[in-house]
Amino acid sequence: MPNEFGFIGLILAMSVFFSLVALVAAWIFRPKKPGRIKASTYECGMETVGTSWVQFKVQYYIYALIFVIFDVEVVFLFPVAVAFNQLALYMVLEMVLFIIILAGALLYVWRKGVLEWV
Amino acid sequence: MRKFLTLIGGLIYRLLPLIVFGAIAVVFLIFAVIRLEWIELPSVLRDVLAAFFAALIGALPVVLFSWAERKVLGRVHNRIGPNESGPFGIIQAMADGIKMFTKEDVTPDGADRVMFNVAPILMGSAAFAVYGVLPFAHAMIGVDLSVALLYLLAMGSVTSVAVLMAGWSSNNKYALLGAFRSVSQLISYEIPLALALLTPIMLAGTMSTVGLVEAQEVPYFLPLLVSLFLFYVSSLAETSRAPFDILEADSEIVAGFFTEYSGMKFALFFLAEYAHMFAASMMTVILFFGGYRLPLLELIVNVNFGETFLAPFIIISKSLVVVFLFLWIRSTLPRIRLDQLLALNWKFLVPLSLVNVIVVAILAKLLEDSSLGLRTIVLLAANLLMLAGAGFALAAAGRRARERDEISLTAVTDAPQLTSIH
Repeated sequence: MPNEFGFIGLILAMSVFFSLVALVAAWIFRPKKPGRIKASTYECGMETVGTSWVQFKVQYYIYALIFVIFDVEVVFLFPVAVAFNQLALYMVLEMVLFIIILAGALLYVWRKGVLEWV
Repeated sequence: MRKFLTLIGGLIYRLLPLIVFGAIAVVFLIFAVIRLEWIELPSVLRDVLAAFFAALIGALPVVLFSWAERKVLGRVHNRIGPNESGPFGIIQAMADGIKMFTKEDVTPDGADRVMFNVAPILMGSAAFAVYGVLPFAHAMIGVDLSVALLYLLAMGSVTSVAVLMAGWSSNNKYALLGAFRSVSQLISYEIPLALALLTPIMLAGTMSTVGLVEAQEVPYFLPLLVSLFLFYVSSLAETSRAPFDILEADSEIVAGFFTEYSGMKFALFFLAEYAHMFAASMMTVILFFGGYRLPLLELIVNVNFGETFLAPFIIISKSLVVVFLFLWIRSTLPRIRLDQLLALNWKFLVPLSLVNVIVVAILAKLLEDSSLGLRTIVLLAANLLMLAGAGFALAAAGRRARERDEISLTAVTDAPQLTSIH
């Protein structure tokens, strides 16, 4: 098992190396003429109004929260799926009960109106 | 002399399609030579070279698919795509690459320089690194990781981080808003993706890609139709392809999170998108259509196609069909709005995927001692029932929404009449 991840480390290094080589090669070949107007921020052709780090709409945070709940559920379900062939029926029913409890959470969130994009 | 050079130039021009496809084939051939040990190499050098060529295979899709996309979209729109650069416009992608290579890279003032530069590198690396676990034949794979599907999900999540880095560091409120929207779409659609991935794992008992292909005595699109649908729609959303491309739609938010990028950094985002698209279509083929084997044919003929030399051709042709489906859907369906997109995910796909996991788990466990044919037919029937149920639920929700709109419309018809002139 550690031997497999050595190759993953290698391919990650290779991917980063490819991207870096592409960027460095482009840096050699491209024109470099910075200008004040060219480097100004794009706002559909006008001068920018206000600071660019605008207020974060809280609905994104709520979607991320619900994503975290379901992602943790999925992570718990992966070992059950891998060991599926060695499980008895009652173990599968326990997993189904786990999913139903979390589906209940989704139903609660839905009915409370949390999933609306207001 | 000039005539001779013109002749040679004309010949190269005519042979350009062959050169392009030949170059791609040569990369695959070298990868096969290294991995299948047709020549002897010390093992460290073999691993390094295999990693290099696997990442290079990840960089190839953009060459082929950006051309293919423009041609296919053109034909669907009843026009020819690019046909100027090279015969059939085949080197259009390379011409675009050269253009982006030599464009000036403007960094906006006030941008966070470190993150601004790291974001495209991160996105490119996440897209290329996936190709280490995709098999082109039984032994022609970077590494046969036993947790390959978890690795794939992880690499998909790195994309979200890179998108947020790109949007945040651009010092541009539209890029930031685009990044927020993009990240909310990407993380939302990881849930049905992961839940749909559970069902083939349950049937096969392993998370490794080679294991999944070898375990498919009958291709999994028959017993797992709903999972195929969920996985495919989630892949469309994960790669930000239409109809989920609200983030990069020029008419909506300029270019979304990569508004301030130009030159090679923009090209890296572009490369990463096409590489991710090809990886997603290869995953669809590996999980649901039998990968590099021909499972339905192998039921009749007793040959394991995965160990013949036909295997790379099989998996690449199947992936190309799935990529054509990506392009076809892009050219046909209109874009959906972000709140419609998120509502589709949380109110339709996630409940459907939870029900799918429950039904497949119970049925597969109840039927695990019966024959393959019976299991396939019962699971197929259950999937069709689930799809029908989902269709009815959608129709009912649509009817309710229409009635609600009609009620709010009829309330306005008591408007006062326009006063006439005299």
